[in-house]
Amino acid sequence: MSCYKGKYADELIANAAYIGTPGKGILAADESTGTIGKRLASINVENVETNRRALRELLFTTPGALQYISGIILFEETLYQKTAAGKPFVDVMKEAGVLPGIKVDKGTVELAGTNGETTTQGLDGLARRCQQYYAAGARFAKWRAVLKIGPNEPSQLAINENANGLARYAIICQENGLVPIVEPEILVDGSHDINKCAEVTERVLAACYKALNDHHVLLEGTLLKPNMVTPGSDAAKVAPEVVAEYTVRALQRTMPAAVPAVVFLSGGQSEEEATRNLDAMNKLKTKKPWFLSFSFGRALQQSTLKAWAGKDENIGKAQAAFLARCKANSEATLGTYQGGALSEGASESLHVKDYKY
Amino acid sequence: MSSFKGKYADELIANAAYIATPGKGILAADESTGTIGKRLASINVENVEANRRGLRELLFTAPGVLQYLSGVILFEETLYQKTAAGKPFVDVLKEGGVLPGIKVDKGTVELAGTNVETTTQGLDGLAQRCQQYYNAGARFAKWRAVLKIGPNEPSQLAINENANGLARYAIICQENGLVPIVEPEILVDGSHDINKCADVTERVLAAVYKALNDHHVLLEGTLLKPNMVTPGSDSAKVAPEVIAEHTVRALQRTMPAAVPAVVFLSGGQSEEEATLNLNAMNKLKTKKPWTLSFSFGRALQQSTLKAWAGKDENIKKAQDALLTRCKANSEATLGTYQGSGILSEGASESLHVKDYKY
Repeated sequence: MSCYKGKYADELIANAAYIGTPGKGILAADESTGTIGKRLASINVENVETNRRALRELLFTTPGALQYISGIILFEETLYQKTAAGKPFVDVMKEAGVLPGIKVDKGTVELAGTNGETTTQGLDGLARRCQQYYAAGARFAKWRAVLKIGPNEPSQLAINENANGLARYAIICQENGLVPIVEPEILVDGSHDINKCAEVTERVLAACYKALNDHHVLLEGTLLKPNMVTPGSDAAKVAPEVVAEYTVRALQRTMPAAVPAVVFLSGGQSEEEATRNLDAMNKLKTKKPWFLSFSFGRALQQSTLKAWAGKDENIGKAQAAFLARCKANSEATLGTYQGGALSEGASESLHVKDYKY
Repeated sequence: MSSFKGKYADELIANAAYIATPGKGILAADESTGTIGKRLASINVENVEANRRGLRELLFTAPGVLQYLSGVILFEETLYQKTAAGKPFVDVLKEGGVLPGIKVDKGTVELAGTNVETTTQGLDGLAQRCQQYYNAGARFAKWRAVLKIGPNEPSQLAINENANGLARYAIICQENGLVPIVEPEILVDGSHDINKCADVTERVLAAVYKALNDHHVLLEGTLLKPNMVTPGSDSAKVAPEVIAEHTVRALQRTMPAAVPAVVFLSGGQSEEEATLNLNAMNKLKTKKPWTLSFSFGRALQQSTLKAWAGKDENIKKAQDALLTRCKANSEATLGTYQGSGILSEGASESLHVKDYKY
């Protein structure tokens, strides 16, 4: 038995292809309640439901922004929220041609006997949850596996366990109509060079795609959300062209052409860095049988958050900042970004050591 | 440690890319002494060294043929043979812009506890053998793993063992300057349909590429020699476009873009079938980030053998037959083959031998 051929197959393929539309990408707005609390705290805003709702409304109703977005990943609470005027967020998105997505993992837990390595939970009752999310309007899902680079890391156990978890999650999603975004994030923390990151990324991605094949996942109905290949956070930076070369080569060596698109995570990169790196990849002249796009959280929202500062009178300014980053990243997916879309905070590193959502 | 970065890395990448040149492909002329004996017997020719040499000279010196070839796979004996005039075959090939290749496996042995599944031998002393072959002029190698489709086959053991063997062979070749052709042949024998073949092919190729990654093989310096995805030999045939669609999709689902080319084996297909199927693949409008070409043995030589029949006076006729097939397959790699109006005797003949052993 090869890959998934169930009732959602055609829909999965169509939705995954749509997310891979050149000029568009994903807004990752799926911060859990705890994580969004930290973001709100950084601008002195209280972490209550109305503020969380208001922030997301600010983003989703920014005039002109959604044309650059093919999908938005939501936290469960947000999937059921509405604008102040009472319109469900999922309707706002659908009317703008944006697919709603849903974070379905339940965070990481440590693997005993390892040096702080983790696996991701969330498989219990996942099928039923996916059905509920599909009924609420979601059409894709996301699950974040986390690996780190160290003297003995990532261990074979960590790679195997996370790859297997991603594959189980992926097939359950497909059985229930959601395109699974497969996210094996290798944290940028460390003093390793770009070659080390490349080696680990290639090893991890090979394990992921073997696991997806073992579990009969329909690759044409999936997306990959990997880290870019970069030096560690404590190592010297390199030019975007170098990041582009190593990243695309890693994908060429591991990711089958059947996968329609890659939607990179931004990790701890500043807004501008992430955009420039993505742009460099799309300028690179080499074999790229998949679209290279973005699934940015912090790298799309940082300037916006700072501009908003929780005040209604700043909404216009905040939305302008958001539009600027959306447009910049849209151009980056086409390799046409000229630089210069900087707002306050756009060059600020967003790296938080040993980042936990 | 990621992939191979040793002293031959650039050369491996360049040679693999050369073999991937559109319009060219590989002539698999590496039949072992026993196997070539069967071919010679079929045209009533004695299996002695002079005749084996004579046949290969006929092939390699056929006028106009080498321009359509990027490589020729040789059996060890042939690597050291010369033309009747005394010119080493490797020189004939090199002057024709053709890379000499060498079969390095030592055939299959059965896996205990399976239903006659096999693994391939040849790893012992392989490094030294590769060095010798490199010195003799070889620049690529080939190793054939064999799997079959049955109610319980291929088993996980057979898949794992053959994938691992291919990966060990591949890295040893790269350490010694030879581009490894990775050949996981899934035999066409059986009454299964094309979907079953596709399922198995995808499973096998996924295992092979995982093994290559585990063993640090530099994919840019390798080639794949797979079966096309077809119905079983006892099943109804399908159109070339269907074979093309299923085959390319299997590759899209398993083979990383870093691999420069796929050089299909012909299995039991007739010369014309193999060419039409390859042509259909190259006409297909879909993502194909690798060259799709040929590494044909029987499907390039059948008509030639029949035309030669072991007689000197037939050499020109035989060489014309080879030129026809080479040109046809060259066009097939470009998707421009129009079909041959006049087929040589044998071009449509099925070359399927049940449970084929080299």
